Amino acid sequence: MTTTTTTQTGAAGAPGRAGAGARPAAVPRSGAPDTARRRRLGACAALMTPFFVLLVVVFLVPVGGAVWLSFFSDDQPGLGFGPERTVFAGLRSYRAVLSDPTFLAGLGTTALYCLVYIPLMVLLALALALLLDSGAVRLRRTAQLGLFLPHAVPGLIAAVIWLYLYTPGLSPVVEALAEADITVDFLGVDTVLPSIVNVAMWSNLGYNVVIFYAALQAVPRELTEAALVDGAGPVRTALQIKVPLVRASGVMVAMFTLIWSLQLFTEPMLLSQATPIVGSRFTPNMYIYDAAFTRNNYGLAAAASVVLLAVTVALSYGLSRWSNRTGAAHAAQEGSR
Amino acid sequence: MSGFAPPRAARPRLLGRTAVNAVVGLSVLYTLLPVLWLVLAAAKNRDALFSSDLLSLGDFSLADNISTLFATQDGIYGRWYVNSLLYAVLGAALGSMVSVACGYAFDKYRFRGKEKLFGLVLAGVMVPPTVLALPLYLMASEVGVVNTFWSVFIPVLFNPFGVYLGRVFSQGYVPDEVLEAARVDGAGELASYFRVALRMLGPGVVTVFLFQLTAIWNNFFLPMVMLSDQSLFPVSLGLYIWNSSAVVTPDYYPVVITGSLLAVLPLIVAFVLLQRYWKSGLTAGSVK
Repeated sequence: MTTTTTTQTGAAGAPGRAGAGARPAAVPRSGAPDTARRRRLGACAALMTPFFVLLVVVFLVPVGGAVWLSFFSDDQPGLGFGPERTVFAGLRSYRAVLSDPTFLAGLGTTALYCLVYIPLMVLLALALALLLDSGAVRLRRTAQLGLFLPHAVPGLIAAVIWLYLYTPGLSPVVEALAEADITVDFLGVDTVLPSIVNVAMWSNLGYNVVIFYAALQAVPRELTEAALVDGAGPVRTALQIKVPLVRASGVMVAMFTLIWSLQLFTEPMLLSQATPIVGSRFTPNMYIYDAAFTRNNYGLAAAASVVLLAVTVALSYGLSRWSNRTGAAHAAQEGSR
Repeated sequence: MSGFAPPRAARPRLLGRTAVNAVVGLSVLYTLLPVLWLVLAAAKNRDALFSSDLLSLGDFSLADNISTLFATQDGIYGRWYVNSLLYAVLGAALGSMVSVACGYAFDKYRFRGKEKLFGLVLAGVMVPPTVLALPLYLMASEVGVVNTFWSVFIPVLFNPFGVYLGRVFSQGYVPDEVLEAARVDGAGELASYFRVALRMLGPGVVTVFLFQLTAIWNNFFLPMVMLSDQSLFPVSLGLYIWNSSAVVTPDYYPVVITGSLLAVLPLIVAFVLLQRYWKSGLTAGSVK
């Protein structure tokens, strides 16, 4: 990146002066420090305003609206005739969500999914990055690009590809296994969750390998060379020198994987078209969709959204606090670069 | 380094090298073969698809499949494709400009409460867009913009991670001295951003654009919640609807497969051509 910076600086110097020359009228005013300060703040506000308008409109207001709505409920008077009235319901929607076995089952499914997927992802991505970093791999750039490529495949299409690779009659994988006398139902009761983990793993493995690899490249070569001189083998160098130094990246990969895992929706939604084992409330997000659009219960959907948001924020905040506390040494090392 | 290895270590090293290359090679096969299957399957007619006879070159029917794809439901796939391009290209172009400008301002200006405000941006990074989709729908239905282009287009502009990257790139690419020089020359603050800094931030803007493009092209939950009019669908939602038909009518399988292949191509091309940019983005992201 350093080369980019210097060439860019050199190239942009000339147009900068040309741009300044176009506005000679501004020169006399910049003398007074107070005006200059106000002008800077004005420019700062102008550059930030578009983003913060978006932040308010599509982030703060919807979150506030969801919280507000979760305290209300549509009541139908009498036998369901007459106009619906929206009434204050207090915590009723929350009680309904938290005591709904299908919501809790969805949370349970997601928790199980996280327990399998996140450790597996961190370990595999780290292992592959260490292998790429070991210097023993041929065609390192090509390998990285190949591993990363599934990230360019949209989540829904990744799910379509794997659904078809799981479907007997369509899938060369199932057929090859059948020829070897192995019958696997990839969409069975016990296999459907691992099948979903596989889709997510396929999509995101290379992305995380690149993150770990970038962090490993930043490990000072003197450290690893010193370890080799001291007689440590490549495996020991990797595990005892390199891995502790890329801890922060590991925490970050785990955190983003966790946040996205809690939102599991696209893959099970698609699989639910093909197998009855994936129900319409298989994950919390599917529950929210079902509550809002199948059952038209916006209060319930809003309460479930708030619960999911709270769980997501609490877990990511907890994880980042924990990593900040334990990762101070690493941060100091990163900061010195 | 390997050239200096003592001779007695050569044999296990060679073995280790082979094993390492085999593991990486297998992993690359795992990531590439499904994409290859998509390419091969898109070139097959329906009967060859179901006989799993993918490697025979006899009945090559990619052109047939494509013309069937664009004939299904009066060519609505073309409409979806254009919609996806509009949402993704326009959205990423506008969104990356907005985010990078904000990130730049966070880097170059000082004001009270700046880091608190930046904390709010980072909170936006932590909250995934899917959590906001339903609240957004409820708000959009209040305002009456549900099932319009804007109901999908406006939310996807919001890219807090782009602000974070913009700040990092601004630190790395735009030296403060250059701005000082522009000020001494009497350039206005906004003029020096648009004429000096933005040029230096070019590679950063491309990186943010690329990541946002992928994110919008990937978007599924939000359009699914917001849109009911099929002519406003992006490709992903359209393919989802067609796949549900394929479960009933197998004629839809080749259409979904060919449609998927065409939908994947632009992103794969973008990522292969712009390798330098996404790598620098991931590197900047990992140095938190």
